[in-house]
Amino acid sequence: MTQHASPPRDSTDKVPSAAETPAWRAVLFRADVRTLSLLGVLAVLILIGGVTKPDEFLDTRNLQLVLTQASVIGVVTVGMTFVIISGGIDLSVGAIVALASVWATTVATQEFGFGGILFTAVAVGVGCGLVNGVLIAYGGMVPFIATLAMLASARGLALQITDGRTQVVTVDGVLDLGERDSYILGIPPLVLVFAAVTLIGWLVLNRTTFGRRTVAVGGNAEAARLAGIDVRRQRLYLYLLSGLCCGIAAFLLIVLAGSGQNTNGNLYELDAIAAAIIGGTLLTGGRGTIVGSVLGVLIFTTITNIFALNNLQSDVQQIAKGAIIVAAVLVQRRTASTT
Amino acid sequence: MAPEPPLLSMSGITKSFPGVRALDGVDLDVQAGEVHCLLGQNGAGKSTLIKVLAGAHQPDTGTIRWRSDEVVLRSPIAAMRLGIATIYQELDLVEHLSVAENVHLGHEPTTAGFVVRGKAARESTAQLLKRLGHPEIDPGRLVGDLSAAHQQIVSMARALSHDVRLIVMDEPSAALDPDEVDNLFRIVEDLTADGVAVVYISHRLEEIRRIGDRVTVLKDGRAVARGLPAKSTPTSEVVALMTGRNVEYVFPERPAAAPQGEPVLTVEGLSRAGEFAPLDLQVRPGEIVGLAGLVGSGRSEILETVYGARKPDTGRVLVDGKPLKPGSVRAAVAAGLGLAPEERKAQALLMLESVTRNVSVSSMSRFATAGWIDRGAESGAARAAVRELSLRPDNPDVPVRTLSGGNQQKAVLARWLLRGCRVLLLDEPTRGVDVGARAELYAVVRRLADEGLAVLLVSSEVPEVLGLADRVLVLREGTVVHTAPARELDEHRVLDLVMEGSPAS
Repeated sequence: MTQHASPPRDSTDKVPSAAETPAWRAVLFRADVRTLSLLGVLAVLILIGGVTKPDEFLDTRNLQLVLTQASVIGVVTVGMTFVIISGGIDLSVGAIVALASVWATTVATQEFGFGGILFTAVAVGVGCGLVNGVLIAYGGMVPFIATLAMLASARGLALQITDGRTQVVTVDGVLDLGERDSYILGIPPLVLVFAAVTLIGWLVLNRTTFGRRTVAVGGNAEAARLAGIDVRRQRLYLYLLSGLCCGIAAFLLIVLAGSGQNTNGNLYELDAIAAAIIGGTLLTGGRGTIVGSVLGVLIFTTITNIFALNNLQSDVQQIAKGAIIVAAVLVQRRTASTT
Repeated sequence: MAPEPPLLSMSGITKSFPGVRALDGVDLDVQAGEVHCLLGQNGAGKSTLIKVLAGAHQPDTGTIRWRSDEVVLRSPIAAMRLGIATIYQELDLVEHLSVAENVHLGHEPTTAGFVVRGKAARESTAQLLKRLGHPEIDPGRLVGDLSAAHQQIVSMARALSHDVRLIVMDEPSAALDPDEVDNLFRIVEDLTADGVAVVYISHRLEEIRRIGDRVTVLKDGRAVARGLPAKSTPTSEVVALMTGRNVEYVFPERPAAAPQGEPVLTVEGLSRAGEFAPLDLQVRPGEIVGLAGLVGSGRSEILETVYGARKPDTGRVLVDGKPLKPGSVRAAVAAGLGLAPEERKAQALLMLESVTRNVSVSSMSRFATAGWIDRGAESGAARAAVRELSLRPDNPDVPVRTLSGGNQQKAVLARWLLRGCRVLLLDEPTRGVDVGARAELYAVVRRLADEGLAVLLVSSEVPEVLGLADRVLVLREGTVVHTAPARELDEHRVLDLVMEGSPAS
């Protein structure tokens, strides 16, 4: 085009060329190492389960149980992973699951049958997510505070609705979903729902503009705003998504337990955050994977199962969980700093 | 001063980070009572060297002698105990604490070892501030409420609250007005008169001439010249040492004919109280308009307001004669505006992401059907944009953080090129870009303009505005004081205009 005095070479280009392997390969390698190490941990746990309780642990029914238990918290974790990647946090997931599960199992709701229960569970989840999202995105509240307030309020409302009583489900269609007859190729329907949510979550995060915007907002919100992304709307959508996942999880829990209780979903927020973190999601936002989070959920659920089979109490389980979180994060810090 | 052993003597200092050797055997001698200037381009190793000196980095090899004794600076505290204080460019103050609390942070005057004596802290702080020529700063105020210049004074007071023998100042004048720079120099002279040594880092050669005693020039992690006399070494020699070249800037030629056609960007009476007075300007396709002015003259604020990132108090912005929704970045982007902001890493780049994703972030919907991204089309288009700007490496899959400053800036430009933007707003486009890569960036900007883009350029470096722009608006304290074709202005004329009437002139 224009004649310009021959531009001298860019003298700082030595940075990427100094590293012998291209940096993208290092990143790819690291991502693989993380997934592989999580798979390795899971394999070791299965080995431990198989050795300590060979008959009970590897029994088909037990494996189906483990996966079913993983489904409820797993669906919540997929939503949580999106929120954390965006640089936020949702402390209210457990309380939303509780509220959705009791609202969907009141006598009045159950009169509308299967559809009424499913619709109510999802609607309550999305509604709570909407409140979170509006407070955070447009009210300028810190996610930690807004969702902490939601946690308290939703739990309170759930207690008010049930008055502390267990609401037994009498709708056959719902109860049938938990029966062995409805298993498809030996897989419980709840697990299929979890698998579908995982797959959709992975596609949305990795293949859609929604996923890109989530990563951009979490990686650098100011840069995302100046690049023309509607950061506030994206934040609203993310808490809606988390609420939606909680609604789905509440429905799964109703099927699993055959009832709704205000104590449902206790400490789910901690389990979901922990699973996302050991799965490699950065708590500061901008990076995370659905696969990692799901593996994190499976690891925690498997540990719980092995401990229960070996008659170890839940106090020991909690200690072990804490130790695993610390170990996983330390390992990740090491792999991050050596690359 | 020669027979006396130096206060500080660093020799053979090397320091490597993954993929880069930041320091490659640097020697530095500093005498008590001198102002020793450290010069070098971005990436030459200045920051790493002063972090080694401050105990924040450990050198891989090399020795540090303090008054002839070999020392190891294991931590910032160890350096402080010897009497080495560092004032970083990014001030390291705690915004939510008061001035006095910041000054005494880590060594509060206490009763019985833990009860902080607030009054004593405030009194000694007031004394330090008085000594620094700023008795008007209230020791009880929160640091976050102070101006950048006053924060710097607080930072200096903190350094002096220790028994300091050597003080490192990293570009202390960058955020200061001319009269504040005078005050800074007076402080430096007072310090050296007391026998304190000052290691002074600056890009501004005229400052070094004024207060410097000796100069050490760093280039590519080596000291290419040590202890040059600051006042008598010719500028051309210093520049040649820094760059390995004799010219500092190479600008592309302007097209022969002045750009014609209807203005694509029109700004009418745009203002923000306390930032800039009502401003009118027009940019035609193919034209580069430059805004020249000092820090604090409202340059960046103008660009960000035009872009919708700040809401104007009065006035409006029109693209092709159509007014934009005020205070909306999305409206500006939709109308064809693109911004390459001043703080590239903080405001433009997704540092964890690849070049492709950084380039495509503003054009995602173009490659998406119902939200589903066609990644083949995306990476093909990103690759084409990257090639067109000869960004290196030309593989857009590499993480953007591995790129040099100049290439990161090209990634930002590629983003707007891909978006098909028609008005490019450039805020300090060569900040953090070394001299060699600048010429290439200037050529890219000129080429984009020749292809029909309208460019609005802001820079604190007057030669850059004069060399690159077709037309220049000179700003002083938020008001345009002069408008002229760039070829009718020179650096002295512009500096006269921006400082006219200010106490420094």
